[in-house]
Amino acid sequence: MTETETDLKPASFTDEAAIARLKRRHRAEQRFRAYGLVAIGIALAFLVLLIVSIGSQALSAFSHHKVSFDLTLEEEIVAPEGPGATEVIEENVFGFYKLVREDLAATFPEAEGSKRLKTQLNGLVTRLAVLPMARATAHHPERIGETVTYQAALSDDLDLYLEGKVSDEIRLRGETISAGERIGPSRIRLIGDFSELAARRAATAPPGDTDERSVLVRAGTAVMRAEAVEDARVSGPLLTGNLSAFEGARPQIRLIETPQSERNVTDRQVAWTLALREMGRIDQGLNWALVTNADSTYPEIAGVVAAIVGSLFTMLVTALLSVPVGIAAAIYLEEYAPRNRVTDMIEVNINNLAAVPSIVFGLLGAAVFLNLLGLPRSAPLVGGLVLGLLTLPTVIIASRAALRAVPPSVRSAALGVGASQTQAVFHHVLPLAAPGILTGSIIGMARALGETAPLLLIGMVAFVAEVPSGPTDEATALPVLIYKWSTGAERAWEPNTAAAIVVLLLFMILMNAVAVFLRRRFERRW
Amino acid sequence: MGSFMLETFGHLPVGWLAFVVIAAVACGAFLAGRSRATALQQGASARMNSQPNYHGYYLAIWTAVPAALVLVLYALFGEQVARQMLMGELPSGFDAMTAIERSQYLDRAGEAARMDEAAVEGHPLFAAVSRRLAELGGLVKFWAVGLALLAGAGGFAYARRNLGEGFRARQSVEGAVRLLLFACAAIAIATTAGIVVSLFFESLRFFARIPVFSFLFGLEWNAQTNADFGAIPLFFGTFLISLIAICVAAPVGLYAAIYLSEYASRRTRGWVKPILEVLAGIPTVVYGFFAILVMAPAVRGLALWLNGLPFIPDEFFAASPTNALAAGLVMGVMIIPFVSSLSDDVLNAVPQSLRDGAYAMGATKSETVKQVVMPAALPGIIAALLLAVSRAIGETMIVVMAAGLRPQITPDPTAEITTITVQIVALLTGDSEFDSPKTLSAFALGFVLFVMTLIFNLIALRVVRKYREKYD
Repeated sequence: MTETETDLKPASFTDEAAIARLKRRHRAEQRFRAYGLVAIGIALAFLVLLIVSIGSQALSAFSHHKVSFDLTLEEEIVAPEGPGATEVIEENVFGFYKLVREDLAATFPEAEGSKRLKTQLNGLVTRLAVLPMARATAHHPERIGETVTYQAALSDDLDLYLEGKVSDEIRLRGETISAGERIGPSRIRLIGDFSELAARRAATAPPGDTDERSVLVRAGTAVMRAEAVEDARVSGPLLTGNLSAFEGARPQIRLIETPQSERNVTDRQVAWTLALREMGRIDQGLNWALVTNADSTYPEIAGVVAAIVGSLFTMLVTALLSVPVGIAAAIYLEEYAPRNRVTDMIEVNINNLAAVPSIVFGLLGAAVFLNLLGLPRSAPLVGGLVLGLLTLPTVIIASRAALRAVPPSVRSAALGVGASQTQAVFHHVLPLAAPGILTGSIIGMARALGETAPLLLIGMVAFVAEVPSGPTDEATALPVLIYKWSTGAERAWEPNTAAAIVVLLLFMILMNAVAVFLRRRFERRW
Repeated sequence: MGSFMLETFGHLPVGWLAFVVIAAVACGAFLAGRSRATALQQGASARMNSQPNYHGYYLAIWTAVPAALVLVLYALFGEQVARQMLMGELPSGFDAMTAIERSQYLDRAGEAARMDEAAVEGHPLFAAVSRRLAELGGLVKFWAVGLALLAGAGGFAYARRNLGEGFRARQSVEGAVRLLLFACAAIAIATTAGIVVSLFFESLRFFARIPVFSFLFGLEWNAQTNADFGAIPLFFGTFLISLIAICVAAPVGLYAAIYLSEYASRRTRGWVKPILEVLAGIPTVVYGFFAILVMAPAVRGLALWLNGLPFIPDEFFAASPTNALAAGLVMGVMIIPFVSSLSDDVLNAVPQSLRDGAYAMGATKSETVKQVVMPAALPGIIAALLLAVSRAIGETMIVVMAAGLRPQITPDPTAEITTITVQIVALLTGDSEFDSPKTLSAFALGFVLFVMTLIFNLIALRVVRKYREKYD
């Protein structure tokens, strides 16, 4: 149809050329339609990928491995100032960690005498992980002097190992070991059928001369590292447990793909962890620390609660600023403003302001609120003011739309029975527009909740380990915490970040759900 | 009045207390006004102009507003006044200090006075100064509260005298309400003015030390060491990432919009559109994490694979762990809904008669879209793209997390690159004093960013306004 025929001969619609042309056009039509479907598919695929990748990361953060300890709470260690001094007990990390260390040393005597092994052994549980048991003891001072079973979080790297995030592994069930013998102070040799292991190891060997992968052979609570692997015997250091455990047992064999030098957990630590698990002392549970603790420098005990409280204070200030001011501005522009240049200017202004990058608001906050007015850095008060100015245009635009949706007949009727303009607006129009205004405000707040960049510029990135108690305290906000955790060097911050994101998204979904509910419940069509 | 009492008075938390007192006094004034009006009504010869309630409101406004004004002035300037008074009393030894030293000293003294720590502090002169500051603070506060009470009482008395049979209380109250509403609308203007003024003046201070020309056209950026301030690498990085983003968002968003507005059934549309808008509602910090978690490793892997191909020279791609392509792709996904939603509205605004005309001529749907609908909607679509670009330029968290910190000009999308927004964040996070060129350069960058996005927005909004009110 693009060609123009100059001679007006009646064209045939049935000859071959015409049919071919029609087919071509229909194929083009199909293609065009497919492009549209593909485009939507790409967008939705990204959304799914985003949710799945973050969700699966978050899952591993919400579950956590814990080690249980049977501790005898000797008074002079856990309560140096007596069972009544609960605050001393609560903060007695030193004493409780000493008990934990002693228990580990008693369980794994092979670490005795070697400073390096002692450090590795103590690395199974980090110092601050004993805080929950200190708190529990402070709440139940009657336990002092008795033997109590407490749990402490396994260190983040070993937790990741147990979840299979440190390295790929090949696992085998070995054949029965016929005999074992000592061949050195700590080296042993096991006799049996290891041909499957040898074959698998050779088949998956990386290119190069040396195979640096570790082979751990475990029977019961005994673990050895097989350094020399032959079809009929393996030999290497006994990492933990007794040689006798191997004799007559069918061992479990793990071939850890990542060499020891490239991971944060040593073979010895893995062996201890496996032995602890065999003893039934490690179990997996919900990681409550994530939602009950404040931020920490150790990922296994870091939590989001301080950031949530900081975000709540920030949102409170934001709402107090942007909702009333936004509604008032919308009422003025929609109901009072004369059509003149000032009004026009305000309107263009608001539309522009809605499109100004959020980081520019952060600069405004840094220059005006911090530098000029001298308000405190890192405070939810300043964060809330900045975010309030940021959401103001959104609230104004939503409120104006809601006010405009109220039919003019309502105003005319009110004015007709003698109400003044202000009475008509406040007694009749505003109540009818309220659901719409509220919905718009909540959606604006939800967006402000996810804002990060302006808060970085006014110093809300400071490390805050305490729950803030007011809007002028030093605090951080949930999205800023996500940013901070995502820059953490240790691998374990990754699932933690994803979990914090899930918490943030839950809050946003909740707010949006409330908004949708309000709209469904109160929406009126005229 | 003893100095101790003044000091104690200075420590009183006046903020909430003042709020409660003013609210209580306003309620009292309201009741007084209403009962006065009721009394007047009973003796009146005709019906009064306004309801008794309005007389109450009138009195409450006249009582609370002057008192609140005084207290706001005190909150803004009270401490400075106390300081000025103290400066006059300081012994001559302080003249040797520079202005900055003196103000830092007074800051510390003020802190000590607030914390009531003066007695603990060892140095007797410091203790004396901070105690005196606390006293003066109490004195100023005392005067302020007194003045506020006086202003409230004066306002009340004045307004009370005005009440009468024919007094038009409602009109006055409504005038005040209107004024308040206007003030709220003006806050939007004040915000813009605040942005422009603060960015402009901080930039001026920056350009007093670094020439404008070398900032805008210099090729070396090394602000962390206060050394080089040539912003071209940052402009380039911003441009490259925005280009990648728009290359993703424009086709995907546009085709999605065309499909939704021309082909999709009502039901599909009702499902797909909200899901697409979810992409716009996800916080950018989440996109940033997605970029470093999934995209950046994928891009790096791809680049390494390409480097390994026989016909590509080794190290052809930088394959950096944080790279422009990952940030650009994720940003593109983020702005898809901006493009699709705005284009969708523009396409829907094209009159049906144009389409019907094309169908009548025998055109297929795609031919109609390509040759009739799109040309008609073109200005609006361009505006949508401009708005999306402006979004991309100003976007911060994705690039902060995924693009890197190294200022360089390279066409290689797998290299580390930095943008205007990344540098603003890098320069202003952490403790920073406001006088170094390093800090000020962040404001100059912010000013450039503001002007760039403003131009895009103004053009786009002007066009979009013809089609619809606003994307929200």
